[in-house]
Amino acid sequence: MAEVLVFVDHVDGAVRKPTLELLTLARRIGDPVAVSLGNGAADTASALAEHGAVKVLTADAPEFADYLVAPKVDALQAAYEAVSPAAVLLPSSAEGKEIAARLAVRIGSGIITDAVDLEAGDEGPVATQSVFAASFTTKSRITKGTPVITVKPNSAAPEAAPAAGTVEALAVTVADASKGTKVVSRTPRESTGRPDLTEAAIVVSGGRGVNGAENFPVIEALADSLGAAVGASRAAVDAGWYPHTNQVGQTGKSVSPQLYIAAGISGAIQHRAGMQTSKTIVAINKDEEAPIFDLVDYGVVGDLFNVVPALTDEVKARKG
Amino acid sequence: MSLRIVVCVKYVPDATGDRHFAEDLTVDRDDVDGLLSELDEYAVEQALQIKEAADDAEITVLTVGPEDANDALRKALSMGADKGVHVEDEDLHGTDAVGTSLVLAKAIEKTGYDLVVCGMASTDGTMGVLPAMLAERLGVPQVTQLSEVSVEGGVVKGRRDGDTATEQLEASLPAVVSVTDQSGEARYPSFKGIMAAKKKPVESLELDDLDIDADEVGLEGAWTKVEDATERPARTAGTIVKDEGEGAKQLAEFLAGQKFI
Ligand SMILES: Cc1cc2nc3c(=O)[nH]c(=O)nc-3n(C[C@H](O)[C@H](O)[C@H](O)COP(=O)(O)OP(=O)(O)OC[C@H]3O[C@@H](n4cnc5c(N)ncnc54)[C@H](O)[C@@H]3O)c2cc1C
Ligand SMILES: Nc1ncnc2c1ncn2[C@@H]1O[C@H](COP(=O)(O)O)[C@@H](O)[C@H]1O
Repeated sequence: MAEVLVFVDHVDGAVRKPTLELLTLARRIGDPVAVSLGNGAADTASALAEHGAVKVLTADAPEFADYLVAPKVDALQAAYEAVSPAAVLLPSSAEGKEIAARLAVRIGSGIITDAVDLEAGDEGPVATQSVFAASFTTKSRITKGTPVITVKPNSAAPEAAPAAGTVEALAVTVADASKGTKVVSRTPRESTGRPDLTEAAIVVSGGRGVNGAENFPVIEALADSLGAAVGASRAAVDAGWYPHTNQVGQTGKSVSPQLYIAAGISGAIQHRAGMQTSKTIVAINKDEEAPIFDLVDYGVVGDLFNVVPALTDEVKARKG
Repeated sequence: MSLRIVVCVKYVPDATGDRHFAEDLTVDRDDVDGLLSELDEYAVEQALQIKEAADDAEITVLTVGPEDANDALRKALSMGADKGVHVEDEDLHGTDAVGTSLVLAKAIEKTGYDLVVCGMASTDGTMGVLPAMLAERLGVPQVTQLSEVSVEGGVVKGRRDGDTATEQLEASLPAVVSVTDQSGEARYPSFKGIMAAKKKPVESLELDDLDIDADEVGLEGAWTKVEDATERPARTAGTIVKDEGEGAKQLAEFLAGQKFI
């Protein structure tokens, strides 16, 4: 069976969930060969093997952390040349897309980004995408070279499928030309203890209606009662009420949870672009004309400062 | 020596309009009003600020697109860019990202540059891959997804807010940068700017001028193929209740019914 390269997203050896989803999708096309780079690369092997990686190619060099993107492209290209895969899959993060873009140009291949599903086809993998703020679903295929495809988080449920996961060192020479952009400093984001926005099963978001940073704990309390991640509209972010990393929408994160709760958010097209594919959508808004109500499975017309805290209490009471 | 800045701007269908596909499954650019991609306004803005901070700089705005894409150039010129380059050719219809990056790279080289500034993504394709592709093709550093950018003494510096960390980046010119919508509000064109833009030069280029063969681009030359596009069924109307004291309870009931609590 053909091999499929899977680029591993991990933090110091801890594999992030979207990579496990990639492995699950990769198995539909061929045998997953994982490429794990940087500090802790070898520590990723057991989780990757557990989810179907037949082989794990690892490389660690200071260049991966010291320079932006390009050294990782060199490494992925080395893996591509060693394996001659049927496809290369990467997570649809900002970095994943940029690595994919450069690799595609280098190896003379077409690229598809932000796939939400992937299946094998007679003429190569077929990728499903959700476009125009999720108002259309397209199916596309790459017609030149080896398909390079980035896949959005939450596109598949990770399935355990134990495989050999043989660790092999990948020989990588980082070209001088790939050391053009120095990472002068890196400040890790502080963990909030809440689930990651793009990976969470439930997301509770607040918008301009939350009316101040001091009121966001109302949203956080509901999120915590549900074990959810917290999101925000751009209006709330631009006002400085919540960090940009939590922004949902076209220029923020794109989320596709089982349940999305929007409080005090009108539902502008750019916001919808980031949440419209959520399975169940709930909104709380005092304006019954708000466009968000066109999307909802359940909507409450009312003041979020009454509804959200009361809902938090209900959830806590029911969960006991 | 003058700092030569090239800003890549895209003409896109209005996101608030009814966007759809044409029969050949390319984005329909005829039936929907187009405009300068809002995310590229941020690129123009940062280029203008870099120019204002420099002794001597010149901004060229570059677009690859149909005749109407000229509107996008005019908007950027009215904001304060100095001149425009419009690559327009019948054979470009249906070109995908890899092809577009080839055309842009050749046009950038022909124009001459020290700094290329892009938006973080186009609002229609939303791929966010062109800047990285340009850096790859031009063989220069990629300093992308910046929420802050500055140029001094031939060095570009910027802040990149990533998923797991914030990074401070640095590279020597020439380089390709892309800026996010966190980089600062774009200015509105002044009346004077709009009048002045009408007289600013816009150079038209065809594929021949860039030594690109028609079969390297366009729908036929595309590296990807859209096989099917279906409109997402409208979400079926949900239940909407007015909160008269019981809203939270009713909502909790719904969530419990769906097994969320
Ligand atoms: C290029 C571009 C990219 C963009 N990217 C994004 C993006 O990624 N994400 C994003 O979110 N936006 C994005 N936007 C902005 C988007 O167009 C909207 O401006 C934004 O989503 C509005 O946020 P909001 O719904 O919180 O605010 P508003 O539109 O002001 O809505 C606030 C809502 O709160 C309700 N409300 C007020 N008080 C209460 C209360 N006490 N109880 C209940 N309801 C209340 C109001 O009825 C109203 O419906 C982008 C725009 C552009 C041009
Ligand atoms: N046809 C085009 N003409 C000029 N610039 C473009 C074009 N397409 C994309 N760009 C630039 O590349 C950036 C990223 O685009 P994309 O990768 O298509 O999301 C945009 O913000 C523009 O700066």
